[in-house]
Amino acid sequence: MTSVTMTVNGKARSGDVEGRTLLSSFLRDELNLTGTHVGCDTSQCGACVIHVNGEAVKACSMLAAEADGAEVKTIEGMANPDGSLSVIQAAFQEHHGLQCGFCTPGMVMSAAALLKDNPRPSEAEIREYLEGNICRCTGYHNIVKAIMAASGQDVAPPMAAE
Amino acid sequence: MHNFEFVKPSTVADAVSALSSEDAQALGGGQTLLPTMKQRLAAPDTLVSLSGIAEMKGICSNDAGEICIGGGTVHAVVAAETASSYPGLSALAGKIGDPAVRNRGTIGGSLANNDPAACYPAAALGSGATIVTNAREIAADDYFQGMFTTALDEGEIITEVRFPVPEKAAWQKFVQPASRFSLVGVFVAKYANGVRVAVTGASEEGVFRWSEAEAALSSNFSADALADLSVSADGMISDLHGTGAYRAHLIKVLTGRAVAAA
Amino acid sequence: MPKDGGIGASSKRREDVRFLTGRGRYTDDINLHNQTYAYFLRSEVAHGKINGIDTSAAEGMDGVVQIFTAKDFEAVGGVPCGWQVTDLHGNPMKEPKHPVLAEGKVRHVGDPIAVVVAESLEEARDAAEAIEVDIDELPAVMDMPSAIAEGATKVHDDLDDNLCYEWGFVEENRAAVDEAIKNAHHVTTLELTNNRLVANPMEPRVAVGDFNPGTEDYTLYTTSQNPHVIRLLMGAFVLGIPEHKLRVVAPDVGGGFGCKIYHYAEEAFVTFASAQIRRPVKWTSSRSEAFVSDAHGRDHVTKVELALDENHKFTALRCDTYANMGAYLSTFAPSIPTWLHGTLLAGNYTTPLIYTNVKAVFTTTTPVDAYRGAGRPEATFQLERVVDKAARELGVDPAELRRINFIKPDQFPYDTPVAVTYDTGNYHATLEKGLEMAGVDTFEARAAESAKNGKLRGLGIAHFIEACGIAPSNLVGQLGARAGLYESATVRVNATGSISVMTGSHSHGQGHETAFPQVVAEMLGIDESMIEVVHGDTANTPMGMGTYGSRSIAVGGSAMVRATEKIINKAKKIAAHLLEAAEGDIELKDGAFTVAGTDKSVAWGDVTLAAYVPHNYPLEDIEPGLEETAFYDPSNFTYPSGAYICEVEVDAETGKVEVLGFTAADDFGNVINPMIVEGQVHGGVAQGIGQALLENCSYDDDGQLLSGSYMDYTMPRADDVPMFEVDHSCITPCTHNPLGVKGCGEAGAIGSPPAVVNAVIDALQRAGHTHVTHIDMPLTPSRVWAAMNGEKADGSDIGWAE
Repeated sequence: MTSVTMTVNGKARSGDVEGRTLLSSFLRDELNLTGTHVGCDTSQCGACVIHVNGEAVKACSMLAAEADGAEVKTIEGMANPDGSLSVIQAAFQEHHGLQCGFCTPGMVMSAAALLKDNPRPSEAEIREYLEGNICRCTGYHNIVKAIMAASGQDVAPPMAAE
Repeated sequence: MHNFEFVKPSTVADAVSALSSEDAQALGGGQTLLPTMKQRLAAPDTLVSLSGIAEMKGICSNDAGEICIGGGTVHAVVAAETASSYPGLSALAGKIGDPAVRNRGTIGGSLANNDPAACYPAAALGSGATIVTNAREIAADDYFQGMFTTALDEGEIITEVRFPVPEKAAWQKFVQPASRFSLVGVFVAKYANGVRVAVTGASEEGVFRWSEAEAALSSNFSADALADLSVSADGMISDLHGTGAYRAHLIKVLTGRAVAAA
Repeated sequence: MPKDGGIGASSKRREDVRFLTGRGRYTDDINLHNQTYAYFLRSEVAHGKINGIDTSAAEGMDGVVQIFTAKDFEAVGGVPCGWQVTDLHGNPMKEPKHPVLAEGKVRHVGDPIAVVVAESLEEARDAAEAIEVDIDELPAVMDMPSAIAEGATKVHDDLDDNLCYEWGFVEENRAAVDEAIKNAHHVTTLELTNNRLVANPMEPRVAVGDFNPGTEDYTLYTTSQNPHVIRLLMGAFVLGIPEHKLRVVAPDVGGGFGCKIYHYAEEAFVTFASAQIRRPVKWTSSRSEAFVSDAHGRDHVTKVELALDENHKFTALRCDTYANMGAYLSTFAPSIPTWLHGTLLAGNYTTPLIYTNVKAVFTTTTPVDAYRGAGRPEATFQLERVVDKAARELGVDPAELRRINFIKPDQFPYDTPVAVTYDTGNYHATLEKGLEMAGVDTFEARAAESAKNGKLRGLGIAHFIEACGIAPSNLVGQLGARAGLYESATVRVNATGSISVMTGSHSHGQGHETAFPQVVAEMLGIDESMIEVVHGDTANTPMGMGTYGSRSIAVGGSAMVRATEKIINKAKKIAAHLLEAAEGDIELKDGAFTVAGTDKSVAWGDVTLAAYVPHNYPLEDIEPGLEETAFYDPSNFTYPSGAYICEVEVDAETGKVEVLGFTAADDFGNVINPMIVEGQVHGGVAQGIGQALLENCSYDDDGQLLSGSYMDYTMPRADDVPMFEVDHSCITPCTHNPLGVKGCGEAGAIGSPPAVVNAVIDALQRAGHTHVTHIDMPLTPSRVWAAMNGEKADGSDIGWAE
């Protein structure tokens, strides 16, 4: 066991980990931050995407020990300081960008990372960026719309056909 | 995963020393190694993280005009920082895996693993790069020795990769739709002394140079120069994503497209 | 103007807030005090005889609590099947035992052999590697026709052969159908496979068993679409635990698409083992494990023949299908290729004579059961492909051939020759709507543009119908179901007027917590926010059958309507008493009770308070309290239908298909929450595009799964699909349920695969590849390229001649 310390969602957190402890396991099992989900074992589904030192990474494909000293942000740290939904989160709700909710934390974390680098992405850029995030429910249509809306671009309101 | 001792040295020398112990393995970004270990297909006793070695990170150019990329440099940084100096390389790095993978995976890790469908081997071989290790310099032509096999000795670490910058280059990746590795990927680079064409994803022997195309393109750098060439399906990978014949066909199509795009 | 609440409003989903902030509670988020972890040691071979299992080396390893094998389960039952199909000779299907852990033989890669329960998952897995299993490998049984040939290796040694059943429907019509085909003006024949798929909800399955030694109560937390069904199946048939001692909880469920309907061995294991070791036992599936242990879907090999007369009217249809059951019968498996498939073969058409023959076959593969659509996608695919092929052969516009044969709006209710009665529909309306939305009249210009870029553009049409809102209990009972398929709701009005709705339906992404309150709010005229849905826990919901078969709003919603009607009736009695008026004069409007024609009224909250503080209350006539339960059993299926139109470009050099546009014009009857309904269609269409172009669960001849992870099983990604054009403005309300609704959850996955394939064939034919009349799904670049280059493109190498 080795001791690790990291800043998670703005708070210093420490724990003892085995060499093999994944960052996703440390967050879920030790820190009880169960919003980071594990949907595969080949580093593809993206349900576990978090930010480490400001960059999107897959928490299931990083050892907890590698995050010693790092600044970590998870879905639990994404809301506004007053607890209200952030712009991205609110756009996902407004445009029905989630159904079962399991891939959602990773989608939101990836969307935030995209918009940090590319504040007004095109539809094609959004779809390409989400290559590492699999959603089985939404067909991506409303996820793409939500991200475009969150970036301040005009999209049809939900149910424009009505 | 089987358990292991985790060490994170801060110098190449310390990493080399740590890797000299029995059943020790280097850990780059872990984007392939960790999933492999989760399946218990690899089980080192000691895992030596290279991510704390500052001297192995970053990109610069040397007096010979080569782009020198630290072995611990992640794909996202390569994609961003070579965009103007070597656009073909930047494009390749920017299409590896997905954004989160590109923030962890390293060039040294990719080249050391030499997955037959990985992207970087095509760039290194297609550029005639030099693989620099803690012990020596290895020409790309000598480095790749078949799928998952390289010239690296046990415990040898890729500290830097030096890319000579071509006049033109382009990367064409036809994705294997599930893994998003290359079903076939072709890297074409035109240098003053000739054209190099490196193919990944297709051959059972791993990355290789398509020498007939190189010869044809060296005398006429145009997709038309490939018209009379064909690639044999013998020795090509055949799986549920594509037959050997299909891969052989794609090599020619993608080479033509790379030439047109360069 | 869009409504801002109640039926028809696109109310924002209340469950989203917890999902978006990481506060959802999925089964894997549950960790119980003193919990242990189970790791399943699974077969690595497809078929083998187990000579022995030596656990001695593993038993002493760090953290090991106990190791289980089949001998620990001798006193309990096998995993049951919930549907018995009767074969064409009147005999029951063959129903082999499905043990919790393999007994004597392993029958598919992934078949569980032993389980290590340990202090941590990694320790359990470490110990499992030390278990020595002595297996004599037997030949894999993979190809269906060979599997039922004379002398084939048997999957189950105690059965006569590998044929689960041969089913004929309608058997009495067989000769007439064959005669009609023989004498037809034109017959179009198509051989095809419906590719095996893996449902792949993003949340893998998880089960946590918790036995309470003090009360001897059992609790199972599990990723289920139907906790009551699991309680009944596992309690009554496997472990012998009566319902009142067994609680099944399915908290937030991260998608299901069918594969979380069934009762699985892992659920029974953790429940059983928890009582043995007197500690909670948790099992979490890895994705790799899910690929070999979740029930798969589809996997039919089919020959279909369509007979037409000189006026292009369909005169007869015959379908012969081999349906793969896998190694054991999953919960609803036998019903899928039969009653959920054969009854849909009329489609939208007036075909008078239909016969289908289905041979269900045991193979050494993971069990196959319902996956989104379940039988209806298979029926729709063969029908809409053969109709398209017929149109090409006859030189008729595919849309026109459909129009000629559609059931006309004035023909409803319409009795099909395959035993179902469509209550209502207007297929002409949805087809014309779809064609208009898809811009079909300007397609040629777009095709010309594509050609300039070396791309082959194609347009494909499919029109589907499906039967959902499953199902009338007496009917399905006659057909072999061992369960009723009603749904339940308890509407509990609390003293202050807020409402808890307890339902047997269980959302796994469908937004029940939002949509169900819209119905009750509309009926009572109160705000949706006063209503909360309670579901997913057998301890606090009435016995209900769960969410699948696009049934939740049609059946569960109807139960809610019935219970709410009872609430209104009783509340009016209370209001009449408070207002000193006749009950018949009381009206409920905007959340208040009024005496008709007067301004006398009493607020909703005053009535509900009176029900629980009955000081001024008609106690001589009615009981205190305001809580009502209803069980709703539908009198028919609902029959949504729609036109699905796909536009593709094929790269002429590589064969890669890009979906450029996808239009869905559906008739779902009345719609409760349009936003949610559209989301269901989006997701279903993406899965259908996945089946058509990307997804394939593939085994080699030795029964090894080739596509056993996301490295090889292609999940649709964001860049594989376009923005969708969807519409549900063509409405023929369902005539037999109180909301006039039809199911919408599966439609997208049912109607889309033939539209995609028809589009690709169209593109190739237009480009002169006239020899390509079919390509089997998935239409991967390699397969499309091979087809363009003259290779046989349907995977069925079956000798169909009888």
